[in-house]
Amino acid sequence: MSRYVIIGNGTASVGAIEGIRSVDKTGSITVISEEDRPAYCRPLISYYLEGKTKLENIGMRGADYYSDSAAELLCGRKAVGIDADRRTVALDDGEVLPYDRLCVCTGSSPFVPPFEGLGTVEKQFTFMTLDSALGIEKSIDAASRVLIVGAGLIGLKCAEGLTGRVASVTVCDLADRVLSSILDADCAALMQRHLEEHGMEFLLGDSAVRFDGNTAYMRSGRTVGFDVLILAVGVRANTSLISGIGGEVNRGIVVDERMATSVDGIFAAGDCAEGFDASSGGKRVLAILPNAYMQGHAAGVNMAGGSEVFDKGIPMNSIGFFGLHAMSAGVYEGEMYEERTDTSIKRLFTKDGLLKGFILIGRSERAGIYTSMIREKIPLSSVDFELLKRSATTAAFPPESRRKMFGGAV
Amino acid sequence: MKRVYVNEEWCLGCRLCEYNCAFANSGLSDMVLALKDKPVFPRIHVEGDEKITYAVSCRHCEDPVCVKSCIAGALSKENGVIKADPDRCVGCLTCVLVCPYGALAPGENGVMLKCELCLENSCGEPACVKGCPNRAIVYEERGETA
Ligand SMILES: Cc1cc2nc3c(=O)[nH]c(=O)nc-3n(C[C@H](O)[C@H](O)[C@H](O)COP(=O)(O)OP(=O)(O)OC[C@H]3O[C@@H](n4cnc5c(N)ncnc54)[C@H](O)[C@@H]3O)c2cc1C
Ligand code: SF4
Ligand code: SF4
Repeated sequence: MSRYVIIGNGTASVGAIEGIRSVDKTGSITVISEEDRPAYCRPLISYYLEGKTKLENIGMRGADYYSDSAAELLCGRKAVGIDADRRTVALDDGEVLPYDRLCVCTGSSPFVPPFEGLGTVEKQFTFMTLDSALGIEKSIDAASRVLIVGAGLIGLKCAEGLTGRVASVTVCDLADRVLSSILDADCAALMQRHLEEHGMEFLLGDSAVRFDGNTAYMRSGRTVGFDVLILAVGVRANTSLISGIGGEVNRGIVVDERMATSVDGIFAAGDCAEGFDASSGGKRVLAILPNAYMQGHAAGVNMAGGSEVFDKGIPMNSIGFFGLHAMSAGVYEGEMYEERTDTSIKRLFTKDGLLKGFILIGRSERAGIYTSMIREKIPLSSVDFELLKRSATTAAFPPESRRKMFGGAV
Repeated sequence: MKRVYVNEEWCLGCRLCEYNCAFANSGLSDMVLALKDKPVFPRIHVEGDEKITYAVSCRHCEDPVCVKSCIAGALSKENGVIKADPDRCVGCLTCVLVCPYGALAPGENGVMLKCELCLENSCGEPACVKGCPNRAIVYEERGETA
């Protein structure tokens, strides 16, 4: 009977459990979870603050999930080391677990730069876990002034969640625009205007350099008073367990398309892993939930002796703020097709006869048709691109492929 | 498993399926009350151009990328039927971003609406198919590919 051990208990871990069980119903599965709770939907922590979801709806699976999956969950325990020769994992309490196949699903951690005077700030948080959201909730009231450092996805989702519950939300970022990792300047400007209309304040191209109690001293010379500080500067993949044993690590733990690391018997998946990016052709950490699940599932199947390849990961995002949605996918290279109104932007990027990427703000209808064109590398010559660029519709596909799509089992 | 299949040559583009869908899922027994002068949010959509039209609804994929991608655990597969849980959905549209068929769209309150084959509403079988005047959509078993 095989012994499977999974380190981490997020989306990738659940994917791995389900991947293993799709092949092997009897092997033992042990999941080590530093967070002291069953797997939950991490992106929901901002929706929780916003009051759009309740704690009882945040769990990723039902109450009996682990017992139904015959997986043992070790909650509130941390893996501190791997011995790849003996095939064991050491836990923080001294326990040593043997494994036949190991999956590292450790996700990422918030990166906190060494700001001067940070230690003098009484109420400071990062925003990665449900515990952090609950901590923030406890420390705010209607009079709180919140300063968020970082105008990326996590910082802005946190800002949205807090708007309306506090007196003010100010977001600063060294970048000159919001969501700089997924939006270009024009799209970011549209989104920023919308966020400002809903009460957020921005200090862009500027960041805190020093803190003293409730005051932030900015690079520009300004000072910002605040009651609660949230640091959302960026995240770093948790790779140390693999780098510690000499495994190949870049920005993330390097994996092949079967999710195997360079170390025999060890797989990795999710935000901690650096896998193949089908849109750029290179390797990249794709720190998004769908990717974490699919990588985890592939890892699980391969751990259990089955065969599943995941080589269709692409960067993509769907993120909404106060009713305005921004979708993005792939890379923004090549020729650009654009449609714009005051409240929406559509930008499609084509190169070498393929759709390579897009940004859609306020235009989300059937966007998955574009996404699959990128993922599956469907040649533009095989579709009516004049129609498709105006409207994401399968009507632009040839009748034979439509017949397959809507006439056959899928 | 039985699914809704399209015969696009026969589609008249009349959009009756959209109305029947919205009505069947309204929970009301009077079509006028349910639909008249209201925005309708059907879970099937007629697409196409001047030459060809056809009705698109969820394919109930064997390997549903929407379920794997949902950030809120709101989509699930039950006996082959892909379902959306309105209490869990937070309206992030990630499922819209990944569904290759363009089969999902949010309803009035931003929460995802999708075809669940009318198995649990008062119709009991796909209302779109039942009301299609030209058999341009059918509900039948066509054999699994996998
Ligand atoms: C606020 C927020 C909003 C987001 N919104 C979106 C969104 O809208 N769409 C989207 O696609 N993605 C979103 N994401 C990203 C998404 O949550 C991640 O991509 C996803 O959670 C990755 O899953 P994972 O399993 O790889 O890692 P994680 O979910 O990070 O899980 C890793 C787990 O491993 C544990 N762990 C780490 N080291 C150890 C150890 N040594 N021993 C034991 N346990 C360990 C950690 O405590 C953690 O619980 C968001 C993230 C955040 C923080
Ligand atoms: S919503 Fe789309 S991806 Fe999901 S099961 Fe239906 S057709 Fe498949
Ligand atoms: S819109 Fe709702 S169903 Fe779709 S991915 Fe987001 S939470 Fe899930």
